[in-house]
Amino acid sequence: MEILLQTLQTFFGPAWPLVWTLLKIFGIILPLVLCVAYLTLAERKVIGWMQVRIGPNRVGPLGLLQPIADGLKLVFKEIVVPTKASTGLYFVGPAMAFATALAAWAVVPFSEGYVLANIDAGVLYLLAMTSIGIYGVIISGWASNSKYAFYGAMRSAAQMVSYEIAMGFALVCVLMVSASLNLSDIVHGQAKGAFAEMGLGFLSWNWLPLLPMFLVYLISGIAETNRAPFDVVEGESEIVAGHMVEYSGMAYALFFLGEYANMILVSVMTSIFFLGGWLSPVGFLPDSFVWLAGKTCFILFLFLWFRATFPRYRYDQIMRLGWKVFVPLCMFWLLFIGVWMMSPLNIWK
Amino acid sequence: MDFKSAVFYFLATVLVLASLRVITARNPVHAALFLVLAFFSAGGIWMLLQAEFLAIVLVMVYVGAVMVLFLFVVMMLDINLERLRQGFWSYLPLGATIGLLMTLEMALVLAGRYYGLEAMPDPGASGAGVNNTKELGRLLFTDYVYPFELASVILLVAIVAAVALTKRPRKESKAQNAAAQIAVRRNDRLRIVSMPSEKE
Repeated sequence: MEILLQTLQTFFGPAWPLVWTLLKIFGIILPLVLCVAYLTLAERKVIGWMQVRIGPNRVGPLGLLQPIADGLKLVFKEIVVPTKASTGLYFVGPAMAFATALAAWAVVPFSEGYVLANIDAGVLYLLAMTSIGIYGVIISGWASNSKYAFYGAMRSAAQMVSYEIAMGFALVCVLMVSASLNLSDIVHGQAKGAFAEMGLGFLSWNWLPLLPMFLVYLISGIAETNRAPFDVVEGESEIVAGHMVEYSGMAYALFFLGEYANMILVSVMTSIFFLGGWLSPVGFLPDSFVWLAGKTCFILFLFLWFRATFPRYRYDQIMRLGWKVFVPLCMFWLLFIGVWMMSPLNIWK
Repeated sequence: MDFKSAVFYFLATVLVLASLRVITARNPVHAALFLVLAFFSAGGIWMLLQAEFLAIVLVMVYVGAVMVLFLFVVMMLDINLERLRQGFWSYLPLGATIGLLMTLEMALVLAGRYYGLEAMPDPGASGAGVNNTKELGRLLFTDYVYPFELASVILLVAIVAAVALTKRPRKESKAQNAAAQIAVRRNDRLRIVSMPSEKE
């Protein structure tokens, strides 16, 4: 491996940092797209089992080739542009939805030292990227020149702006206790504490002292990704498919990929901020990427479980939950953590 | 030209073109989207100046929140361009005066060296280990704590005033009271009566 890297380095010369970064980007995106594809299958299977069905089982052994078949179908479908659509923006929309979902992965630390961009303002970058993601929805909703798409865009804009506030406040609590905006440092901060020294690392993670914020972040994450029970943006019984209604083929697939990539991102982020990232839950097992993957899968399973369990929220209930429950709760917990950190009982020294 | 200057010129070109399109685009939604692009490029330029906190906050606040709400409003407005263009000549003197004043101010700043306005010296390049966010936070909560808190109180007052001035609650609007719904007991809703079965 070392020799291979050396040879490549001499071959590319000054262009090597660029090539190496591109290779790393591919190393993140290709597995991610594969995960997205199989997450769609997992979703159909899990919800199927929860509803006492079998789920897709026709294509390939146990239905394992179903995502490939779906992908091929979408690639070969014609992309239809509505006559009065704003053509340029019509194609910018899905591209933005997908691109921002991928760009946020640049700061994700997968394991000790395995991160594409280890920047100090990682949390801010993440929040900025997720907030730009709204534009994909708004632009496509407006450019489609359809009432349903427009309603979807409006709902999405209002919902995402509302829940971003709760999400931001929850993260402020996290960065207060870890005194850093760097995602790797946030994980390192969770590795120490009284319980971690006893070998019970999982009790030292942020989820315990920040339990309300953990729940707020998780639920806001579901709302941010427009998943059930907050999926009024694409509520098929009300507005068909929201902003995606006029899209077909690959343009539609980009929204789909973006949504699932965002789901995985929110799960990874919840694991990093509150569940100790790649840290091992008990002292006698080593820290590794496997733990992060396991925690992420657990939270993704929650996403699917919620979809199979809860009925859709009404729109005013969504707004009430965001503004009247989460924001005051976050403000209170912010104050509480501040007082706790200044008191002699501070556990985050 | 090194890599940094190339990036700067690229971002600056995009910024200038996008800003031009903001005022020349005929469709208000397109204009708003070009403003988003302008903000984004400005964020990139700030990043080049090693102000990563300000750059990302610019993107987060202006692109991610302010412009979303702005677009929200612009998309719903039914803007009649013909009527807007009618007032062009009557507003021109005022607009031209403001434009000239702004150009003058910018010229003063940009040509500061010529006028000897070098009161604020170049802070010089900081090392790689300096955490922009931490430094800014320290300054805001120590040296500038009163101006900072005052500014936030003024903003809060403005928000409250805007809501208080414009809110006209509709009498017939209904809201859900979740606390009352949860507090409800069986006896409030249901009455079990004992009734002998009817016999024929």
